[in-house]
Amino acid sequence: MERRLLLAGCAATLLAAASRAATEAGPRRIPVVARKFVFIPNEITIRQGEAVVLEFTAPEVAMGFFAPELGLRALIVPGEVAKVPFTADKAGRFDFLCDVFCGDGHEGMNGHLVVST
Amino acid sequence: MPADFDRRDFLRLAGVGAGVVFASGLAGCAARAGAPSADFHFVQLSDSHWGFNGPAVNPEAKTTLVRAVAEVNALAMPPDFIVFTGDLTHTTDDAQERRKRMREFKAIVADLKVRDIHFLPGEHDASLDRGAAFQEFFGPTHYTFDYHGVHFIALDNVSDPAARVGDEQLAWLASDLAALDKDAPVVVLTHRPLFDLAPQWDWATRDGDQVVAQLMPHTNVTVFYGHIHQEHHHETGHIAHHAATSLIFPLPAPGSQPKREPLKWDPAQPYRGLGFREVERRDAARFAIEQHGIQGA
Repeated sequence: MERRLLLAGCAATLLAAASRAATEAGPRRIPVVARKFVFIPNEITIRQGEAVVLEFTAPEVAMGFFAPELGLRALIVPGEVAKVPFTADKAGRFDFLCDVFCGDGHEGMNGHLVVST
Repeated sequence: MPADFDRRDFLRLAGVGAGVVFASGLAGCAARAGAPSADFHFVQLSDSHWGFNGPAVNPEAKTTLVRAVAEVNALAMPPDFIVFTGDLTHTTDDAQERRKRMREFKAIVADLKVRDIHFLPGEHDASLDRGAAFQEFFGPTHYTFDYHGVHFIALDNVSDPAARVGDEQLAWLASDLAALDKDAPVVVLTHRPLFDLAPQWDWATRDGDQVVAQLMPHTNVTVFYGHIHQEHHHETGHIAHHAATSLIFPLPAPGSQPKREPLKWDPAQPYRGLGFREVERRDAARFAIEQHGIQGA
């Protein structure tokens, strides 16, 4: 009986620690590479209410990230990480695009943020 | 044609009532440069993308601009001047190739009989080098000129690859507008729309709202622009914005489909959606627009 109680206590402690670790770790980081002329990945899936940080890098030239329906925008400069914190309050499929002209192919450089319930 | 046969008579006789758009504006004017004088008209060419290679959307990419030049030269009434609202050339990462395309473009339009031509850059001309090559071939990227009492302002919203007019040019614009009477006729020429036409397709100017805010106190303002490869007419308050067709490929209506992909070439209707326009000044801020399609014959 005492052994079972001890095990249960340990499990509860581990769960609490795991939960605390997740909270302390902060929002989920989602790396996105912007290169000529594609976002990698170009479809990003998150859950409604989930706190994330989109972390953009551009290894070639300056790029832009713009999701007009979500009001998200960032300039992505080579050598730096452009961080876009975001918590989706509505589900759906939202377009984003590069809004810094980057060359022949710029017009097709876009993607989607998919927010699931 | 008799010497006293004016442009208005020509339009009436040519039966161009259909397809003519009258730009909005308030009647009456007192231009800084003097009272309105006789009507004049100009041609707007846009988005020739010289150097573009895509047979599926335009197998005649090497001849379309040449045809346009010939058709402008063949107009019954030669325009007083011509404006070219950007994307003269198609972009390239190669600075040498960019200059080659500009040199070739310039040689083709040198055949225009009308010699008074005002060039503006598009993002394909200017965004990758902040307008350096454009300036070498065509001069400043923003400037003003006056014609028969109308003040023309060429605005650059493309040399910044992020599509900003920018603080420096906004200050220049404010200074220029401050010297005008509020009811002076003003025409703004630019490449991108100054309003949020379709931000999801990058059809906007990031600080275009600041430009429009500066223009709003002026009662007779009309904007002519390019970029979207199709006719489009919009009003922000009393200011009319008119987009022009392209000379390389048409694009879909704003936001009408997921992607802004060029419309495919139709062999049954070659050059469909391509062309240029004549713009005739009627009074303070009223302009008659006559659209011309490139002829396939």
